[in-house]
Amino acid sequence: MKKFAMVFIAILAICAGLAYGSNQLTKSTGDSGNKVLNLYNWGDYIDPNLLTKFQKETGYHVNVDTFDSNEAMYTKVQQGGTNYDLTVPSDYMVQKMKADHLLVPLDKSKLTGLNNYGASFMNKSFDPGNKYSIPYFWGTLGIIYNDQDVKTGSLEHWNQLWSKKYRNDIMLIDSARDIMGFSLISMGHSVNTTNSREMIAAKDKLNRLSPNVKAVVADEIKMYMAEGEAPVAVDWSGEATEMMSQNAHLHYVVPTEGSNMWFDNLVIPKTAKHYKAIYAFLNFMSKPENAAQNARYIGYSTPNTAAFKLLPKKVREDKQFYPPQKVIDKLQVYRNLSAQKVQQYNDLYLEFKMNK
Amino acid sequence: MANRSSKLGRLYIIIVFLLLYIPIVYLILYSFSKGTTMTNFNGFTLTHYGELFADKRMLAIFLDTILIALLSSTFSTIIGTMGALAVNNTKRRHQRETLLSLNNILLVSPDVIIGASFLIFFTALKVPLGFWSVLLSHIAFEIPIVLLMVLPRLDEMSPSLINAANDLGATTGQTLSRIVLPVIQPGIIAGFFMAITYSLDDFAVTFFVTGNGFSTLSVEIYSRARQGISLEINALAGIMFIFSLILVVVYYFIENHNASKLKKQDKLEVTGK
Amino acid sequence: MRRSFKTMFYTPYMLWLVLFVISPVALIVYYSFFNIHHQFTFSNYQEFFSSGTYLTMTANSVLYAFLITLFSILISYPMALVISKLKHRDLWILLVILPTWINLLLKAYAFIGLLSHDGLVNNIFQFFGLPVQHMLFTDASFILVAAYIQIPFMILPIYNSMTDISESYIKASRDLGATNWQTLTKIIIPLTMPGIKSGIQIVFIPSLSLFMLSRLIGGNKVITLGTAVEEHFLTTMNWGMGSTIGVVLIISMVIVMLLTTTKRNRRRS
Repeated sequence: MKKFAMVFIAILAICAGLAYGSNQLTKSTGDSGNKVLNLYNWGDYIDPNLLTKFQKETGYHVNVDTFDSNEAMYTKVQQGGTNYDLTVPSDYMVQKMKADHLLVPLDKSKLTGLNNYGASFMNKSFDPGNKYSIPYFWGTLGIIYNDQDVKTGSLEHWNQLWSKKYRNDIMLIDSARDIMGFSLISMGHSVNTTNSREMIAAKDKLNRLSPNVKAVVADEIKMYMAEGEAPVAVDWSGEATEMMSQNAHLHYVVPTEGSNMWFDNLVIPKTAKHYKAIYAFLNFMSKPENAAQNARYIGYSTPNTAAFKLLPKKVREDKQFYPPQKVIDKLQVYRNLSAQKVQQYNDLYLEFKMNK
Repeated sequence: MANRSSKLGRLYIIIVFLLLYIPIVYLILYSFSKGTTMTNFNGFTLTHYGELFADKRMLAIFLDTILIALLSSTFSTIIGTMGALAVNNTKRRHQRETLLSLNNILLVSPDVIIGASFLIFFTALKVPLGFWSVLLSHIAFEIPIVLLMVLPRLDEMSPSLINAANDLGATTGQTLSRIVLPVIQPGIIAGFFMAITYSLDDFAVTFFVTGNGFSTLSVEIYSRARQGISLEINALAGIMFIFSLILVVVYYFIENHNASKLKKQDKLEVTGK
Repeated sequence: MRRSFKTMFYTPYMLWLVLFVISPVALIVYYSFFNIHHQFTFSNYQEFFSSGTYLTMTANSVLYAFLITLFSILISYPMALVISKLKHRDLWILLVILPTWINLLLKAYAFIGLLSHDGLVNNIFQFFGLPVQHMLFTDASFILVAAYIQIPFMILPIYNSMTDISESYIKASRDLGATNWQTLTKIIIPLTMPGIKSGIQIVFIPSLSLFMLSRLIGGNKVITLGTAVEEHFLTTMNWGMGSTIGVVLIISMVIVMLLTTTKRNRRRS
């Protein structure tokens, strides 16, 4: 008994030390007093140097919390109990949060630098007139291939994925809308279709793709492709930049018949409190030099055209991540569908995954 | 014969230990790689460790993670052991089974379900999300594993031992501290270590119930997966692993040393009396 | 006096049961009766038990969880047996637990590196002149990695019950002329049954709802109930259906419990 009590006290003492240590560390990274901004972001999705720079310029300290999926973030914001000032949902999630009254409209009179953003990235269907959101990064869905197994330039269309050549060669990103989406596009339908017949046809077509599918994976797809585990993958452009930086044999194409265009956007959730800091931060991030610095750190495509001009020439001329306007015109943005349709998309997708 | 089988046995555990440790050695090895991911090893460097020690946010998260792990497993071990005594004391069979089933519910429910329902629970009670909600949740989901570790030892314990103590006029407290606790001690220690494991490994529950700037390592690692997990995390895992390895070995030898000392003392006391 | 001591003693645990077990379960059961439009309905259960998708998934989950548990026992039992006879056995058992302190996702990534096409294991194969194997996304690699994760959770309870066996039983059985094998099957295994049962409870049931590994290592070629729960809670936000699967899991847990608890001999009474 005595021994247990001793161990107990020792553990409590260690805990006190740990608490003190973490407290000191948090303090040294900045003040947690009144001048703060609580940012709820994807993990490692902003250049930390920008946060220091922001604090130096404005005096606001940025606390970052992280999430790993739009839906998980939505649940947290909806349930409350948190005090996030800004968060970064993707396009369809902006629409969903808006519909569920979880967003605070932007006060345009306090925003400077909105005209830095390109016209093709503003006023999208998920948020007409950008009443609630400012684009943060954008990208596409496309095909990644390894030129050691696939001849460069020979794979440019969705329909080619069904070719017998690629038996057991393709990795897919685990996302219902995206996978159903490219099947729909390959048949000439909209990615936002709610027509059950088209959706079922898309699933039946996917079932025929099954022999070619090696695996359906998520974030780890980057590691698999970089390791050369499969020659072909369907994934987002953001992930593609990551894997291409690790393996020079990889190439990314956006099929010319069209694809999805996605956006991550800065929005103000209803839990926000520090409005001064919020607008200071939004304006800070709209500045070309800051947006460019962030784009260089993250490697995704920036919607800030003024920032785009500051990027190195090699990046600017990269057709894979900054496709020409005529390709951009063919890209479709996901719209938030009714709960029932979302369910139907997912059920069909699940059936495809279970189909061996 | 016995000799040969013990040699075989040794060979067997060496192989299993190798298998258990290969992935860990692998990821520690990559923390020294010049590259940015665990794919190709590009020559030796210490830069990831440099990055790690410059990353104050990561270090604070690391300390918080350990703090939560230690505190929650200590309290869950205490409550879980009490629970094991309660289950052990039930007289009727179906009562015991009901208690055990209830106990195991948190072990079997998928993490997302537990996380979501805890989140609803905390927000309904207006418990602010952050350190305390995470601590409470961790204690909550660690209790069942502690109980499952302690209970078999209690069941094995011969009731005659307790009866004898009671007959000799020992109070409940005395019986507990002199007789029951020493017998179930290995179970308690196992439960404590398992509780730490559960705490360190949990992502989903912590994610749902945390907030307001408080985070743990798992949450940070999972949310970084979209960008690719940097080798800085490997470095951290490596340090943590080596550190706990040293701690465990040192703890064991101190413990062993004390135990042998205590035994001698006990003998002296007994003969002295 | 003694009674009040007892109640005081059991209060924390009972409080925990009520607050963190019974109320969440009540919540889960409650949610399972609502559809996506927040209407009260039995349709979730109807759908679960009538749709081929969910039943196949259930069958898959049970099959894989069974295999994972089986492999874990086969590897863990001898391990626990050998360790329990070593000199510094407590230290060795701590060393078994240590790998579980490293984050699961990191270990899974390490496995991807090890098992991949150009990974370490294939390099070793090539060194011995064996052909390169495609190991990832196969049932075998999924089961092996899952078993790897679960082994410490199986070894510990078994070891725990082994340290209890008094040496005298084993000596007695030897003196009576039993072979090693007989000692093992007639004395040691029956005496460690409680440990094996705890191990099964700790390993089998969580294995029913694995989703991380089935995606990371199995490439979603294996779809378990966990995948569906994950999807319902985090993608479609159909908490009703997700909770329904949760309820099914809880019920199957109770069944496993009833199957693994045999009558205890009530020496006390």
